[in-house]
Amino acid sequence: MLAHETSQLKQTPLHALHLARGAKMVPFAGYDMPVQYTAGVLKEHLHTRGSAGLFDVSHMGQLVLRAKSGKVGDAALALEKLMPQDIVGIAPGRQRYAQFTNSDGGLLDDLMVANFGDHLFLVVNAACKAEDEAHLRANLSDSCEIIPLADRALIALQGPKAEQALAKLCADAGSMKFMDAGPRRVADIDCFVSRSGYTGEDGFEISVPAGKAEALVTALLDNPDVLPIGLGARDSLRLEAGLCLYGHDIDTTTTPVEGALEWSVQKVRRGGGARAGGFPGADKVLAQFADGATRRRVGLRPDGRAPVREGAALFADATSAEPIGKVTSGGFGPSLNAPVAMGYLPTALSAVGTTVFAEVRGQRLPLKVAATPFVPNTYKR
Amino acid sequence: MTTLYTSDHEWLRIEGDVATIGITDYAQSQLGDVVFVELPKVGRSLKKAEAAAVVESVKAASDVYAPITGEVVEVNEALAAEPALVNSDAGGKAWFFKLRIADKGELGGLMDEAAYAAHTA
Repeated sequence: MLAHETSQLKQTPLHALHLARGAKMVPFAGYDMPVQYTAGVLKEHLHTRGSAGLFDVSHMGQLVLRAKSGKVGDAALALEKLMPQDIVGIAPGRQRYAQFTNSDGGLLDDLMVANFGDHLFLVVNAACKAEDEAHLRANLSDSCEIIPLADRALIALQGPKAEQALAKLCADAGSMKFMDAGPRRVADIDCFVSRSGYTGEDGFEISVPAGKAEALVTALLDNPDVLPIGLGARDSLRLEAGLCLYGHDIDTTTTPVEGALEWSVQKVRRGGGARAGGFPGADKVLAQFADGATRRRVGLRPDGRAPVREGAALFADATSAEPIGKVTSGGFGPSLNAPVAMGYLPTALSAVGTTVFAEVRGQRLPLKVAATPFVPNTYKR
Repeated sequence: MTTLYTSDHEWLRIEGDVATIGITDYAQSQLGDVVFVELPKVGRSLKKAEAAAVVESVKAASDVYAPITGEVVEVNEALAAEPALVNSDAGGKAWFFKLRIADKGELGGLMDEAAYAAHTA
């Protein structure tokens, strides 16, 4: 086993804490990140669903978008030029899932946008953050200031005991609802807290100044209900929750309609809406809303026990030569105690219950199209 | 009875002309929780270094290679029902398959316990 090259990798403010807790570190999006701790992926996954898990997601990008006019509505209108979401309609103290589109209607990144009252707060994927910042500067600099918050950590606290654990350190935790977001005091530290996450569980995401991150995480981990969770379980949790991983399940070649993300495009931006279109690739995306797309992202449940992983070709039957699609994420779902996957299929074969076949090590394994999330989510709406 | 090891972290227990093959405790600790094992068919002829079985954790699939040439004479069906045996008893109950050894000369290239311990140190 070769030691991986760490010299070029960036570290999060919690790097020393990961090492002290016995994490196995791997390179991820240019950072040296914990893939698992001593408990292992399976136990970490189940602990998050049963109690509470703490994730370091400080590699993700945090940005402030502030209109030069001082009005948050102007920043929202500006951002709507780059995405198909209703940003103007995000109420103060609320957050929404969004995507940057390209001129083909493909997705440059997916992100969270929060209205913090006088400005917008964006959380973007680690691997895309430099490009996202450049994209914002290139398109919105005339009307907005774009301020990357490089000196902050980001942690996620997820699971049925997350509220109880955070409430010990943050008086407001219990009163927040799913997708509430804004500045909060946590353990006497000025943080940004949202009730959201990437596991399908109730939980919170907390942006904290880098210098205070270790103190906050240590305080949360002093609670025996809370265990640190690595990227391995983060991936199996989000897969069971049916959530997309950017660069795998969605990318520059997939539109919001193909990606089965229609729910994230509000009516006001669709055909006939008051602010319909006006984002890159709108012609194609709105045409797909009207007429459908030829392919679609679906959930897949293998019939057998063998995991069907990313890249596996999908076929209409056990013998046909031509693939009809491919698996974009796949693995084992510890809470389901069964393999789960996602992938793209022709829309005609995308109905729940349809049987297709994946090629794995030269064999054709049957899978059924399944509704997502595979594991019901437990958001506090 | 002799136990030998490969640099790919497999063990072989030699009894007469049959080798019982599994993965080492070190290998299972590196893989993490095993959720699926695919075994070769009984009667299959395996060449040394050929992919013979697959062991999958939550995160990844890993091949298990035939450490020597031979014919599969028995496989451990218990692993299909209980893959986690690989984590709890890698060196014992979680054997993968048995090979009828084609060429005992191939055993000379394998490590004994002391050499394997040094290999993983």
